[in-house]
Amino acid sequence: MQTVISAISTWLLPLLVAFILVTGYFHRIPVYQSFVTGAKGGFSTSVRLIPHLVAMMVAVSVFRDSGAMDFLVAGLHPVLHWLHIPAQVAPLGLLRPISSVGALALMTDIFHKYGPDSWLGQLASTMQAASDTTLYIITVYFGSIGIQNIRYALKVGLLSDLASVVGSLIAVVLLLGPMPHG
Amino acid sequence: MIDLIWLLLFCAGVVTAMWTGRMAEVTHALLQGAQSGVELSIGLISVIAFWMGLMNIAEQAGLVQSLARLLRPLGRFLFPSVPVEHPAMGAILANMSANLLGLGNAATPLGLKAMQELQKLNASKDTASDAMCTLLAVNTASITLIPTTVIAVRMQYHSHNPTAIVGTTIVATAIGTVAAIILDRIFRAWSHRRDGSCKP
Repeated sequence: MQTVISAISTWLLPLLVAFILVTGYFHRIPVYQSFVTGAKGGFSTSVRLIPHLVAMMVAVSVFRDSGAMDFLVAGLHPVLHWLHIPAQVAPLGLLRPISSVGALALMTDIFHKYGPDSWLGQLASTMQAASDTTLYIITVYFGSIGIQNIRYALKVGLLSDLASVVGSLIAVVLLLGPMPHG
Repeated sequence: MIDLIWLLLFCAGVVTAMWTGRMAEVTHALLQGAQSGVELSIGLISVIAFWMGLMNIAEQAGLVQSLARLLRPLGRFLFPSVPVEHPAMGAILANMSANLLGLGNAATPLGLKAMQELQKLNASKDTASDAMCTLLAVNTASITLIPTTVIAVRMQYHSHNPTAIVGTTIVATAIGTVAAIILDRIFRAWSHRRDGSCKP
């Protein structure tokens, strides 16, 4: 299982790139021109992120450097210990359904502290990547057609966010083994 | 909601700093955080530009439509109340395909189109139908093949293997999506039992 997961990680991106380029070529797409046109959008997309990331990185830095993050993690530790969820990633899991950029800022906080290739760094990366901003999607999708009674949609969304956290934990344990001590 | 959380992070930080005497660190964190935000955004350009270029080719080559055709049996299973030939089914399948390919920018308009089409099939216009709830469940836990933003941030933090999390992400999103579908079915059954009727 471990080799399968790391093989996917190494092989998927190059294979997907090759597949898309070849498919595009056989559909008579001017692949180079098409790539350049699409890539232009990358700049404006990243620049549009700046105000959001500045807002969230400042808030998370203040929260971290004041020592409040340590208190929160220490406080959550006994509750999460028997669920086998590391308390360090709990703030990320809590913020993920509400704010994608906020969770991203918390992920960089974990990279900052433990490194992106550490066990916790990989878990934080997977948690950030494996879920979406449930509250935003529900607001936009139902808001666009004027639905007022959303029935059980929020419950299902938040419970499956929890399932994504557990799924991330399972995936990282399968790849890297249980969380190292210390 | 987001206002409250932002405020809470700040206030909790400042109040804790009064307690721990780390006000100087907090001042530094304010300025440093703003700088990190800009640096991180700029650092994302490389991977996002590359991915958007590639996805432009994928879109023009009709990969979304091809994938949508492959997903049709799954659509029939997930949305039994939507007629196969209805435009809603086409929009739902295109939305799921775009999500799978990581075409976030294309997925949202397709999802909104699907919601509009589902609203035409909806008996009570201010209440979510079963199919709408399923579409939401699938979207909030959507399967991701290549998590581009996370890979880009990992690069920024000098990871030795930025794509190491592709495999774990696929496993995790698969678990999350299956859980979302099962939860949706359970809650749908409960809600029907309570109402004693079946909404389309």
